[in-house]
Amino acid sequence: MALFKYSAPSAFYPLAGKLVPWFGAAAFVLGVVGLYIGLFVAPEDFQQGEVYRIIFIHVPTAWMGMFIYLVMAMYGVLALIYQTRLSAMMMEALAPTGAIFTALALWTGALWGKPTWGTYWAWDARMTSTLILLFLYIGYIALVNAIEDKKRADKAGALLVIVGSVNVPIIYFSVKWWNTLHQGASISVSGGNKMAMTMLLAMLIMALACWMYSIAVALCRVRAIILERERHTQWVREIKEVR
Amino acid sequence: MTPRARRFMWVAIGIAILATAATLVVQSLRQNQVFFYTPTEVSQNKAPRERTFRLGGLVTVGSVARKPDGLTVAFTVTDTAQTIPVTYTGILPDLFKEGKGVVAQGRIGSDGVFRASEVLAKHDENYMPPEAAEALKRAGHPIEGKVFAGQKPVVTQAPTGQSAPAPVDSSGYKPADKPAYGK
Repeated sequence: MALFKYSAPSAFYPLAGKLVPWFGAAAFVLGVVGLYIGLFVAPEDFQQGEVYRIIFIHVPTAWMGMFIYLVMAMYGVLALIYQTRLSAMMMEALAPTGAIFTALALWTGALWGKPTWGTYWAWDARMTSTLILLFLYIGYIALVNAIEDKKRADKAGALLVIVGSVNVPIIYFSVKWWNTLHQGASISVSGGNKMAMTMLLAMLIMALACWMYSIAVALCRVRAIILERERHTQWVREIKEVR
Repeated sequence: MTPRARRFMWVAIGIAILATAATLVVQSLRQNQVFFYTPTEVSQNKAPRERTFRLGGLVTVGSVARKPDGLTVAFTVTDTAQTIPVTYTGILPDLFKEGKGVVAQGRIGSDGVFRASEVLAKHDENYMPPEAAEALKRAGHPIEGKVFAGQKPVVTQAPTGQSAPAPVDSSGYKPADKPAYGK
């Protein structure tokens, strides 16, 4: 299959280089449109007033934090079974972005919680499991960098991410399984939509912008990782920008 | 068996064991781990008597009363089955409102009154402009929001048998204008 060609770092490196500007531009445009609709077009909320607008950052970043972890787990399975070098490199490239999004979700959540709930932080199931997600990201980054031998580092990292992925459904369903301070899901497959259309639109556009940003940044980062790890190979030495 | 198939088998077995373990842990945590107790659980003596715990539910419509000092407030928390009286001295969060969710931390006295040291508002998952909420209310459709797990979705309506005025549903806190209790 033609797609398998790109599992070779030498083939993926130029492809990623070509894709980065497109995803970057899409992230910028969607981000501007989403923020404009969210901050200027969407109406205020009936119980929270203006403060609810933090949702346009908070929910997309929280989704992204969870989703990137699942993508890393998928790459981890590929890395363990097929032992493709690129899968492990993608994991390493995605981890900082996932960690930043999770930290942003916790931070914006704290800023939102103070004016609405009356507290920055509560040890309820949703918040605690999200904090664990952040620790898993940091733990993965630390583990991979602590082991000198890259092959062993990749294996250990993949294992950690796969084991840690059980936390993601716990975060997602925590508001259903436990009594939490955090409210339930506003949009879900089973429960439908509990947001006004303009608000939902702004949130989904912002989520898309976060996707595009994540892809662009991960591709950028994986290019650097490829160069670093493959620096002893012939093809890297022949690249224009390296010579 | 090729090495790749063997690796696949090990990963699959590992994930299966992991999923089973996680399910068991979550199941037991679901039974034992609570962020707050509902009034029904408190009345069944499931909440600790000797130490602080959190009480969660809805602020009963028409129950909020302020003492003359302006800081102490009394209200009752209900889960539509049981009701617990609560007193609290301090600043309430903006979203604290009759008929809406609340999580209070404190301990229950021998008189059955819950003395809260901290009161947090728990809002629901609905987001809409005030006009839409107003229209829904006029049409007689209360906005349904879940405050605690397993809650029956009857929220914004006043309990039957009470002539309390419906809470103002627009944004902004509406201070209770009821006569102060316990003079």
